[in-house]
Amino acid sequence: MSEVKFNDETLAVVHNLMRRYPEGRHKSALLPILHLAQAEFGGWLSPAAMDYVASILNIKPVEVYEVASFYSMYNLNPVGKCMLEVCRTSSCWLRGADDVIRHIEKRLAIKVGETTADGMFSLKAVECLGSCGTAPMMQVGKDYHENLTLEKVDELLTQFTKEDKHSRYCDANTYRKN
Amino acid sequence: MGKKLLLQNDNVPGIDTYEVYRQHGGYTSVEKALKMTSDEVVEEVKKSGLRGRGGAGFPTGMKWSFLAKPEGVPRYLVCNADESEPGTFKDRYLMQRHPHLLIEGMIAASYALGANTAYIYIRGEYFYIVNILEKAIEEAYTAGWLGDNIQGSGYSLNMYVHPGAGAYICGEETALLESLEGKRGNPRIKPPFPAVKGLYACPTVVNNVETIAAVVPILNMGGEEYAKIGIGKSTGTKLISASGHIKKPGVYEIELGLPVEEFIYSEEYCGGILNDKKLKAVVPGGSSVPILPAELSLKTPTGEPRLMSYESLSEGGFVSGSMLGSGGFIVMDETTSIVRNLHTFNRFYHHESCGQCSPCREGTGWMEKITHKILDGHGTLADIDLLWDIQRKIEGNTICPLGDAAAWPVAAAIRHFREEFEEYVSNPSSIVDVKHYYNIHNLVEA
Ligand SMILES: Cc1cc2nc3c(=O)[nH]c(=O)nc-3n(C[C@H](O)[C@H](O)[C@H](O)COP(=O)(O)O)c2cc1C
Ligand code: SF4
Ligand code: FES
Repeated sequence: MSEVKFNDETLAVVHNLMRRYPEGRHKSALLPILHLAQAEFGGWLSPAAMDYVASILNIKPVEVYEVASFYSMYNLNPVGKCMLEVCRTSSCWLRGADDVIRHIEKRLAIKVGETTADGMFSLKAVECLGSCGTAPMMQVGKDYHENLTLEKVDELLTQFTKEDKHSRYCDANTYRKN
Repeated sequence: MGKKLLLQNDNVPGIDTYEVYRQHGGYTSVEKALKMTSDEVVEEVKKSGLRGRGGAGFPTGMKWSFLAKPEGVPRYLVCNADESEPGTFKDRYLMQRHPHLLIEGMIAASYALGANTAYIYIRGEYFYIVNILEKAIEEAYTAGWLGDNIQGSGYSLNMYVHPGAGAYICGEETALLESLEGKRGNPRIKPPFPAVKGLYACPTVVNNVETIAAVVPILNMGGEEYAKIGIGKSTGTKLISASGHIKKPGVYEIELGLPVEEFIYSEEYCGGILNDKKLKAVVPGGSSVPILPAELSLKTPTGEPRLMSYESLSEGGFVSGSMLGSGGFIVMDETTSIVRNLHTFNRFYHHESCGQCSPCREGTGWMEKITHKILDGHGTLADIDLLWDIQRKIEGNTICPLGDAAAWPVAAAIRHFREEFEEYVSNPSSIVDVKHYYNIHNLVEA
């Protein structure tokens, strides 16, 4: 993993984000900044990454830890390069989400919550992602893959493996510059 | 064809861009609003009878008029784009395809409230929509609809998108505000209400995406005209997210008052049950609302056709009715295991409880354990009663309505489908079909 420090481009975005909130309310930028930190520092929030974010916002590290541990999108432990998040809630279950999950488990030889030995894939079963009308579905980084069939899952996995896909929710280009 | 107010330009290519949107009449509601006083704008919304589209159905104009206006204190509009209620995906559809409609509505609403800063709090999983909104906001700034002195009116507004990070509870408005302040999403005790002490302890209005978008047609056509659409106190149109065992899942804009039967079976909407199976049950308003067995979905307890409206869907109370809620319409065919479906909900609410109040934190955990035990073939008749008992003890005893939202699906499932629970506990082999569909660790929360 690279050094825990945003590059200049990202740092500019971070300062921009902080300006979106009133004077003295910069802590509001914590969630978006944590997303950037997770994207840039290896897909998870290490204590070092969280301390760094605290120093940028000039808040106590514990204020970052308690937030990071509350939200499900923040990973507090290392995860695979490519995170497969399959929805398992009602509408997706009705349209075969269990089969999708089982299929991925078999193909990657891991269980939900685990990471492949080569560190390429992690599999997560998640709650409704607002894609119920195109169920079953999974999220990989910021992309939604919808109306999944087992064949489609196979194609995606092959593609991700070939691309050596690094899944990220956001990056410095996500936000407008001014 | 039903009336379309929000999705009328749904098939226009490029409607997500400023130019095309403007060519199709975009931003005229803001032009109109800026020529009115803010009180007059609020008055139009009151006249329209618009009710919050986020789930609770509270009259929007009334909510706006409750906003405190102390001298020298900033006021905020916050758009609730957290959309995490299982079965609901209409806000996503609207923001993805019609970002300018939301932005336009937010400008008009902010003007009405005297807010100079507005935030869109969007669930973090929708990051690709953050891109879309950021681009549209940029375009709106460039065209002079945002920023200082909008269109020379003297009114100024800044608008920002703020991503969450995965927490259903942040859809609850006070949890959302906590989250927007950079904290854990723990709901606040009310009062004070956000209208008095909201974001940064300043007067704040929180409205759903669809509610804010509806302000655009309301101002364009006038509140009175809008109120003529729909039925009774359910005025206007509503976006319905249709999912589950139907031929054509998707987002549909309906005029409130459409018969449920027509919605499910007509070609214009869901197109009937998948594989022409029989209808077993419907959850008409998102996971939190009571499930209705087929006959009660199509007809009210008095035998009238059940309509898609706030009133008709709740007719019969919780004994034989449900709620319009967020409009997350989940359809289940005759093969569906109601117990297994309930288990996905129980697991969901347990996962999403913020843990502040013990009835919710502990109760949701127990309810998940019990439906799991039943599905695992080890349930007893006493477990069904225990389930009933736990949900009763949660309801009404918590800081925020998530507790109720977790309790209601359990109560309704047992009320209407008790024999299925009894069959599962007295004859575990009857669960075989269900077992085919699940593997155990997928059922249990890791
Ligand atoms: C647990 C819980 C989750 C909620 N989730 C949402 C949501 O995702 N989106 C939403 O607009 N309202 C949600 N609400 C309702 C909000 O608290 C609030 O009533 C709503 O945003 C008000 O907007 P409206 O009046 O325009 O509907 C939720 C409420 C609760 C109790
Ligand atoms: S009811 Fe549940 S989610 Fe709401 S505040 Fe209490 S513990 Fe948190
Ligand atoms: S239930 Fe899977 S996306 Fe909603």
